[in-house]
Amino acid sequence: MEVKREKLRALSPLAEPGSPEHLRIRQLRARDLLRGDLTDEQLEEHVQQSVFLGRLEDVLNWARSNSMFPMTFGLACCAIEMISLVGSRYDIARFGAEAMRASPRQADFIILSGRVSIKMAPVVRRLYDQMLEPRWAISMGACSSSGGMFSNYAVVQGADKFMPIDVHIPGCPPRPEAFFYGFNKLQRMIQNNPDQGWRRRYNAVGTEEWARDDVITGQPSEASQAAYARTRQAIAEAAEATGPEGADPYGTTGAGTT
Amino acid sequence: MPDAPGLELIAGELREAHPGSVLGTYHEHGQACLIVDPAQVREVLLWLKNTPGQEYNFLASLHGVDYLPAEPRFGVHYELLNRERVERIRVRAAVPDPQQSRTSPDGSGREAEQPAGSDSDELPRVPSVVDIFPTAEFQEREVYDFFGIVFEGHPDLRRILLPEVYVGWPQRRDFPIGGEEVIFTYNERAVPGWTQ
Repeated sequence: MEVKREKLRALSPLAEPGSPEHLRIRQLRARDLLRGDLTDEQLEEHVQQSVFLGRLEDVLNWARSNSMFPMTFGLACCAIEMISLVGSRYDIARFGAEAMRASPRQADFIILSGRVSIKMAPVVRRLYDQMLEPRWAISMGACSSSGGMFSNYAVVQGADKFMPIDVHIPGCPPRPEAFFYGFNKLQRMIQNNPDQGWRRRYNAVGTEEWARDDVITGQPSEASQAAYARTRQAIAEAAEATGPEGADPYGTTGAGTT
Repeated sequence: MPDAPGLELIAGELREAHPGSVLGTYHEHGQACLIVDPAQVREVLLWLKNTPGQEYNFLASLHGVDYLPAEPRFGVHYELLNRERVERIRVRAAVPDPQQSRTSPDGSGREAEQPAGSDSDELPRVPSVVDIFPTAEFQEREVYDFFGIVFEGHPDLRRILLPEVYVGWPQRRDFPIGGEEVIFTYNERAVPGWTQ
């Protein structure tokens, strides 16, 4: 066994990455590491090859974006298309979003699949409010994005009149491919930065969970007050520096927050 | 289905029983219709329901129509059915618009939409037929919901399909089509409202 290991080690510069030999070499190196046999250059090389460094936030977002629970919620004909996403032909499970949740409290994002009538809008809003942060919303199809063909007394002209929407997917209804394109966009948004800047756009700064009132006393906690003041100050400074259009306190376009 | 002479016979008998109730008749597309005075619509329906030989004792449908710019403006249609002879007759209550009669005589200037509950005297009124045909209850509510026609004597006249806080009568012909301009990227700044 010792001989074979030595032989494999000797082979290591020649072994192609991904080949069975390469994999075996890495396995043996990991065992050596645990034994404490790896030293100096070998140890350094092993660490460089097998350890990724990153911020916890990035790792968390990577995990979040690849394990999304959609809410079981159909509004109209787009819901039929939404059902086909889960089937084996299109299979949203490829992107880790196949577990439809029956409760908004367990769901990560909501798909507005169809026109939202003015009578349904309070219900949708309530469901969205019941979802836990971080939460996202996809507006699927023309109707929930802009009212679509229903320019009449009964239908809300665009669901983002009453709730924040992260991704609008055009189509009547959108094909599953279009939905997946939009969903992948959403995943990328999440991996980059879960805050999409809608709080600033909808003037909702200060409604973050950490900035809310103390649940028990009803008064803002000192920490939340300080955080709120910091956020306001950051927005003001950014607006002063780059003008109102360039203000980007959440770093949605930059490398991310710290 | 009474043919045209049969319809005239019914109209004649009704005029004898309730003078002034029948304003007119028409028979087209094989459908018979009596145009009646809305104040006497209950008497007409009771007569059609109970008179031997008529016995239209099933209210198949009740719906409202807006005939703008015709006068009288509104119509409430009662589709009656005799299930033994399988004969149908339509009773149309010709309902004038109180707002129309109040405005200029040439009829050009129409009043703006009245907010709900502002002044229900301004709404057209028709006696309810719920005690004659119980099925009319929800259908009268629906007509009220969309046309703003008040059914006097209805036990529970509320909106039935639209939200209860809705303002306006959306199926009237002078109700504006579409709520607002659709916002796209190119007119996002020009259209005032929600993004600002």
